[in-house]
Amino acid sequence: MIRSVARWAWRNPPAGASLIFLLALFTLALLAPVVAPYAPTTQNVNNALAEPSWQHLLGTDDLGRDVLSRLIHGAPATLYASFLAVSVACLLGIPVGLLAGFLGGWVDDGISRVIDTLMSFPGIVLAIGVTGALGIGLTNSMLAVGIVFSPQLARLVRAQTLVVKQELYVDAARCFGASLGRIIIRHITPNAIQPVIVQITLLLAVALLAEASLSFLGLGVQPPQPSWGAMLARAYNYMEIAPEQMYSPGIAILLTALSFNTLGEALRVALDPTRKRR
Amino acid sequence: MRGQSRLIGRRLAQIIPVIVLATFVVFGLLHLVPGDIAFTLAGENATDARIAQIRESYGLDRPFLVQYASWLWNALHFDLSRSYLSNEPVLNQILHRFPTTLLIVCGALSISLTIGIPLGILAATKPESRLDAAVTSLASLGVAVPNFWLAMLLVATFALSLNWFPATGAVAFAKDPAKSILHAALPALALAAGGVAEVARQLRSGLIEILSSQYVRTLHAKGLSPAAILWKHGLKNVSVNLLTVIGLLVNRLLGATVVVEAVFAIPGMGSLIVHAAINKDFPVVQGVVLAMVVVVICMNLLIDILYTILDPRVALK
Repeated sequence: MIRSVARWAWRNPPAGASLIFLLALFTLALLAPVVAPYAPTTQNVNNALAEPSWQHLLGTDDLGRDVLSRLIHGAPATLYASFLAVSVACLLGIPVGLLAGFLGGWVDDGISRVIDTLMSFPGIVLAIGVTGALGIGLTNSMLAVGIVFSPQLARLVRAQTLVVKQELYVDAARCFGASLGRIIIRHITPNAIQPVIVQITLLLAVALLAEASLSFLGLGVQPPQPSWGAMLARAYNYMEIAPEQMYSPGIAILLTALSFNTLGEALRVALDPTRKRR
Repeated sequence: MRGQSRLIGRRLAQIIPVIVLATFVVFGLLHLVPGDIAFTLAGENATDARIAQIRESYGLDRPFLVQYASWLWNALHFDLSRSYLSNEPVLNQILHRFPTTLLIVCGALSISLTIGIPLGILAATKPESRLDAAVTSLASLGVAVPNFWLAMLLVATFALSLNWFPATGAVAFAKDPAKSILHAALPALALAAGGVAEVARQLRSGLIEILSSQYVRTLHAKGLSPAAILWKHGLKNVSVNLLTVIGLLVNRLLGATVVVEAVFAIPGMGSLIVHAAINKDFPVVQGVVLAMVVVVICMNLLIDILYTILDPRVALK
């Protein structure tokens, strides 16, 4: 398994690089307190907005806190946020999509109409509305983003289920008296899951950008907890005297989103059954 | 032709349940508030009498569906109630701010199309070439870049250092069109990054599919020049894909503009909803979400109608 993944990554340099970058980021996030040179909240007002130096590789922020350390400590919050949002989207979207696709009829009509409606809302705007209602904070804002993403997954799973449920093996299972739950879990889900995996990878990038946006607006992470979006919000206040403050968090967000996207696109090609035979 | 008009009639009828469902979602937002809404609205240290008064004045003591029906009835009469904070009618605030946001969104949409379409065509006519690789990587970057960060970079470079554009604020289009466009230029540019990427990507893949189809091979065999094939047949057929992208973009740009407006301190829909969400001013939050979803639904309807005109097969089904 690991060897075939390694061989696949070797043949797709962009996908391999993305995979390595994300693995490194996860390791960094897990080991943040050990790896970071300083605590993320240690202030030194005498050394505020300092240029990069050997003591502070990426300089210091407006309160004299080490930017590199805040970047490293921001990684867990950022990744937690992305995965929370996408997990919520999966928990809500996948079962609904499976039910709509499998049951068909008026259930499908009703669910499809609801999906269409929810997808008409501009995502971030609805997420801001839901966050306002649930109360601001990282977890609530990501619950909101997850709720907003769920119809996308539901629609995809529904379409996928419609195709798979006509396969012969589903009829066969039904002939053998398999229950509805067993057919959905044992036969439909594994065969409908591949495009969903791709979509989940791509959604992680969108969720990451949404977290950054909401934290930038002050609806997500609350200070002094570090997150890349919140770091950009601070950098925004010092744009005139220290524009370099916005480079490192922005590049961190860009590279992570790019990696999720590249990995997702590569997975789409790798998992595409029509290409496998070659 | 009769088929078309009947289809358009059916589309019009189909959006009614979507709008009703959308209003239900918008109204339901208020009821996502954990615990007692009146308690939340009254703030900390409120007396029981004050809470009871709030509950009654906002109609929170009535059953959910009754509240919804009366809210919907008022909304249908263009009454979106008043802001909890400023006591100003919500509709006035929205009408006051929407033009600014729309100008930015329209600007971003036109930039996306004017840059994205040629890029997509160039990439599709030479697939797997260096140019194609460059366009594809540029598109990947455009999708992954946080647009508010791009906005900050643009402000730092073109407004603060070079002083070519104003860094903050907006001017009403009716008051001074030139100045208002100058204010909207940088926000529109920041927003357009994702749009350019999306348009170029979709156009490229759509056009590649068309150019490798059977009938294009026949046209080649007939002796038609590649340029004629591209302009007469390729672009005509890919225009349907383009419509789909435009519909998607309007939705996405309306969302993304909220964050970009914050960077430029633009008094548009973005600052309205963010301020309202932080301060629990729910009528304003509901009003902004409703206004935006109505715009998107109308846009989708328009695109559906254009589909039936551009692609006669749709009407035949």
